[in-house]
Amino acid sequence: MYDLIIIGLGPAGLTAGIYASRYRLKNLIIGKELGGTITLAHAVENYPGFESVSGVEWSQKTLEQTKKLGSEIVYGLVEKIERLDVGYKVILRDGQKQEARSVIIATGSERRKLNVPGETEYLGRGISYCTTCDIPFYKEKTVAMIGGGDAAVSGAIHGAEFADKVYIIYRKDKLRAEPIWTEEALQNKKIEVIYNTNVIKILGTEEIKDTDEKSKIDQNQDKVGGVELDKPYNGSNILPVDGVFIEIGAVPGTSLAQNLGVALDEVNYILVGEDMSTNLPGVFGAGDLTDNSKNFAQMIGACAQGAIAAASAYKYLKGEKAPRILGA
Amino acid sequence: MLVEQTFTDANFDTEVLKSDLPVLVDAWASWCGPCLMLAPIIEELAKELEGKVKVGKMNVDENPETPSKFGIMSIPTVILFKEGKEVGRQVGFGGKEVYLKLLEEVKI
Repeated sequence: MYDLIIIGLGPAGLTAGIYASRYRLKNLIIGKELGGTITLAHAVENYPGFESVSGVEWSQKTLEQTKKLGSEIVYGLVEKIERLDVGYKVILRDGQKQEARSVIIATGSERRKLNVPGETEYLGRGISYCTTCDIPFYKEKTVAMIGGGDAAVSGAIHGAEFADKVYIIYRKDKLRAEPIWTEEALQNKKIEVIYNTNVIKILGTEEIKDTDEKSKIDQNQDKVGGVELDKPYNGSNILPVDGVFIEIGAVPGTSLAQNLGVALDEVNYILVGEDMSTNLPGVFGAGDLTDNSKNFAQMIGACAQGAIAAASAYKYLKGEKAPRILGA
Repeated sequence: MLVEQTFTDANFDTEVLKSDLPVLVDAWASWCGPCLMLAPIIEELAKELEGKVKVGKMNVDENPETPSKFGIMSIPTVILFKEGKEVGRQVGFGGKEVYLKLLEEVKI
């Protein structure tokens, strides 16, 4: 039996591993993918010590550090966590079972969907949730970036290096990205912002092109040709684009926690105390899925929460014998 | 030696479309974070499925023709081919179980 199982291989889970190993807790980290959401970032430029680093490079470096200190790593999808008389049992999709006296849930978040017609149908054929991955397919084309936060605005700037034209379509009247990104985007001649507007439908090329060209399109192979807006822009509700990048934030990945009986808030974030404890003994939360991260989901915050959660797990396991690591 | 294969525009026809074994093709590029995270999983699958399914990677940056022919506009995309035809596709990082499910669905 492990002292601690950490679920999630992103910044929160990896940092929890570092701290747990240094506290000499026998720990295992289980995750489906190294890095998680941060691997979508082509450049992280607000993490101390790194002027600019890709999410992938940071994750790989941190994984090495974590392994060197003694964390065991398993790649796989956790299907279920069960409460035992003492501790918890973690069951993986492939049938593997592991037990630990304490658990840190750090399963991050999933991308928020627009939930409009056409979004699922055109996934991979013009709809993308990873600007860094897919923007090079749109050299000299026109794309729409949906959203107004850091991911959308920095994505638009990166997108303008490839595309001829990038529309940012945002439902509010002011972008809410870091000012350093917003200033750069507003100065970029290839970027045009459409404010106070929602996309209500994704259109295929057959819905955009005139009748003559329609016959040439194979409907099963059709791809994105434009978007329908909820109000006219430059006189039309239809905006022709070749690609649509959806960067409208994330929803917490809390189904595992929920099934175990961990208390969530009204929008499904794990409720944690200052020490990252949940309502269940020995179960802690860390990273993008906690209510602490709801309004500020940043890598540095996830790391901090991972560190605190590991320290709290240590304190929980050692009881009265714990040194004063949390000032308590 | 690597068990996984490297597919290119030049060898796609012989190595994938005319292959006797089913083929799992991972379309990737170096700039794509999730693609790099997928690499160790593809390597594992190549080892586990050796002799049963051919598993390999295709760099879409160096080989633009094939991705365009198969309508790949998002990476990572993993496509399963059987007897020269596409029989399964996963767009975006899926995790190992998802790729094994592609095989199960067509009873491989």
